[in-house]
Amino acid sequence: MLKLKVNNIDIEVEEGLTVLQACEKAGVEIPRFCYHEKLSIAGNCRMCLVEMEKSPKPVASCAMPAAEGMNIKTNTAFVEKARKGVMEFLLANHPLDCPVCDQGGECDLQDQSMFYGVDKSRFKENKRSVPEKNMGPLIKTQMTRCIHCTRCVRFATEIAGVPELGAIGRGEDMQITTYLEQSMQSELSANVVDLCPVGALTSKPYVFEARPWELKKTETIDVMDAIGSNIRVDTYDWEVKRVLPIINEDINEEWISDKTRYACDGLLNQRLDQPFIKYNGKFEKASWEEVYKIIKSKFENTSKEKVCGFVGDLTNMETSYIFKEFFDRTLESQNYESRSNNRFLDTSKRENYLFNSTINGIEESDLIFLIGANPRYEATILNARIRKSYLNNNTRILSLNDLGDLTYPYESLDGQTQTLKDIFDGGHDLSKAILSANKPIIILGESLLDSSSSKYFFNKIKKFLLQNKKVSQEWNPLNILSCDASTVGSFDLGIINQNKNLLEDLQKNKFDIVYLIGQDNLNFDKKDEFIIYQGSHGDRGAEIADIIFPGSAYTEQDGYFTNLEGKLQKAYKASYPPGEAKEDWQIINELAELMNNRKLFNDKEELESSMLNYLNLQKEKQDNESNNDTKIDENEFNNETLKVNVKDYYFSNVIARSSKTMIECNNSKIILKSTGTEG
Amino acid sequence: MSLRRPAKDQPETFEFNSSSLEAANTIVSKYPKGKQQSAVMALLYIAQRQNNNWIPLAAMKYIAKFLEMPYIKVYEVATFYTMYNLSPVGKFFIQVCTTTPCMIRGANKLVEACKEKISEKESQLSSDKSCSWMEVECLGACVNAPMMQINDDYYEDLDKEKTLEILDKILNGETPKPGSYRGRVNNEPENNRKTLLDLKNA
Repeated sequence: MLKLKVNNIDIEVEEGLTVLQACEKAGVEIPRFCYHEKLSIAGNCRMCLVEMEKSPKPVASCAMPAAEGMNIKTNTAFVEKARKGVMEFLLANHPLDCPVCDQGGECDLQDQSMFYGVDKSRFKENKRSVPEKNMGPLIKTQMTRCIHCTRCVRFATEIAGVPELGAIGRGEDMQITTYLEQSMQSELSANVVDLCPVGALTSKPYVFEARPWELKKTETIDVMDAIGSNIRVDTYDWEVKRVLPIINEDINEEWISDKTRYACDGLLNQRLDQPFIKYNGKFEKASWEEVYKIIKSKFENTSKEKVCGFVGDLTNMETSYIFKEFFDRTLESQNYESRSNNRFLDTSKRENYLFNSTINGIEESDLIFLIGANPRYEATILNARIRKSYLNNNTRILSLNDLGDLTYPYESLDGQTQTLKDIFDGGHDLSKAILSANKPIIILGESLLDSSSSKYFFNKIKKFLLQNKKVSQEWNPLNILSCDASTVGSFDLGIINQNKNLLEDLQKNKFDIVYLIGQDNLNFDKKDEFIIYQGSHGDRGAEIADIIFPGSAYTEQDGYFTNLEGKLQKAYKASYPPGEAKEDWQIINELAELMNNRKLFNDKEELESSMLNYLNLQKEKQDNESNNDTKIDENEFNNETLKVNVKDYYFSNVIARSSKTMIECNNSKIILKSTGTEG
Repeated sequence: MSLRRPAKDQPETFEFNSSSLEAANTIVSKYPKGKQQSAVMALLYIAQRQNNNWIPLAAMKYIAKFLEMPYIKVYEVATFYTMYNLSPVGKFFIQVCTTTPCMIRGANKLVEACKEKISEKESQLSSDKSCSWMEVECLGACVNAPMMQINDDYYEDLDKEKTLEILDKILNGETPKPGSYRGRVNNEPENNRKTLLDLKNA
């Protein structure tokens, strides 16, 4: 520990910290532009100057390592004068266009010039003007405003792993540019908008939409992937204007993927705002009473064996739970399912479908083996963690398949399941590598779990790890990479039918009534089924439906989601469902009331506590169960080439599919592929 | 200093020839393995030598691949340093020093000569595209001011007439004799030495 003084306060800090960090520990705020905790230190904005005893000149605190016995002063006239000087230079070429700048109100330069700005300019020369750069459909550039902090350059190079941004030229002619004149080839690109301390890089879809002080801010959870990134949803009236990340060091640090950020305009399009009934192949508007009545009579005239329900990929856990209760208690049927294909699943233990090493654990790992997973598209934030791990520890990364660019180097194998078998038989070179690793991570993607030998491999890998004592209390190397927000939550709630293969029965048209809750991914040919679709968007599910219940999207109702590591997080209501749409749990509750003259739950609180109670019970039940030995059936092995199928990144769910921004993103990437200007 | 941007007309490809490749490999071998990026400046210079005194974008891409570094990083370096030429400068690249000592001794006359003989604006190719001129900062030959540099050679103690003569020769494709144009040996005093007379090899 180092002892130093900041403004005559004695503090102790760990070695390796900078003066700026030491000042923060002492509770002194230092203005800064270029310094950012998650990026490397550049030291080029000079805003963080402080006075150091025995130094004749002010020092840049962000780049100066803290040392024993330092005496730092941050509140002297000397420091203020130095910072004022720096600010004057920064403002010399900065346009006075705050009234038309989208950053206004949340601009670091604006805020800090309130303290250190001079009200007059001594700069008589013409201001510099810099041409706009094309950075794709997400980032609007106004490069004249740039103060060359190079945060965006460092982000692209370090975090996103796409070294496409750079600072060219020198002195006054310095410019931040991407030589491609194209959108960045990264799914994290829009984070540079948050990083930019001025209005040089702003959000294109949000351009001139609102001022930050007009927006209502709701801290909630993202549902675009299974990571459960922590986000802030900004609304104006009931309209979601934008989505920003909030810091959660255990999950998303402070980044979010482009889909998380920009799919929100899909909440305004293709919405179901009224109940609909299909007459002669045409949808007609109806009232809630009408549709409830029709469904009541349908359910009453159909045997419970002929009814089934499917839960979708964005459904929150309250809805899933009340849906299950509705089937269990009102319909007395267990025909519900949350999977949309015959994915292998063993729910006997919770760890069989979780990302057990945790997202934070990735940073400690020394070997990562990807099997049938492409984390870049399936879990972008997790991929950024793998890259971080690679950068910090030079982690060895393997993949069974060649997955193209993952933003970090990895060794790819031939993609044959035979190779995988050899590895986990123990004879392969990599078997030793896995065994000798301290904290290996084996990531099983959905593509493996969908394959024909999924059960065989899951059990084999599990057994291999257990036999070789790689699984301990602290570290479980077996990880399942789920792709959808509600996957783990639905499994926790037991929305699966292990006894019957509902999907097969559905394809054979064995059901009379099919109740879909936001489920748009089912693959079956409709015959005479009566389909009820409850959801937020008019997509594939609504198209085939006979009755549509307009539900709510994730920003319009409170609801729990469990992320892929098994963390339970609550998403909060930021806006209201459109038109006559209702919150999803309410619809099912009302329907149950109509059918049985009794509500399933009196209110949301009762539903919530009942659900949490159920989850705790399940957990206890699992903890008491002994770990029965897994049997491996060699006949279940299929020698084949494993294909990694990734859903189209920008169109992976209903909200993204309804988003214009996502379409533009997708198009911009296609153009780049065909011209091949990447050099 | 004006804004330096790559030329519009760019060759499609670039590759080191055998002598450049040898020079490049020698330089890369001086750095530890994995740190070969440190050689980027030297390699850009080698590329500039090979390609008539300028670096096309294709060469930057080639060097980026050669050193396994991102293209933008090479581009950053090339645009930062003024001695890397990003657009064609001709086979004879004339740099006229206009820093204070040369300026006092009449460097503007040299600039006039260049404007007359080569092109009206600096960094513009002459009509036959064989040469261009540019004002530069101190070239470190103040004792022999005013002076100019043509490719690797210094031409010193010039005035307007002598400059015109040199430029004429260049435009005819000849290579004029480098060094002082007032008969001095290096930077000795003009009328013999005044000091260190007892030393023979001074």
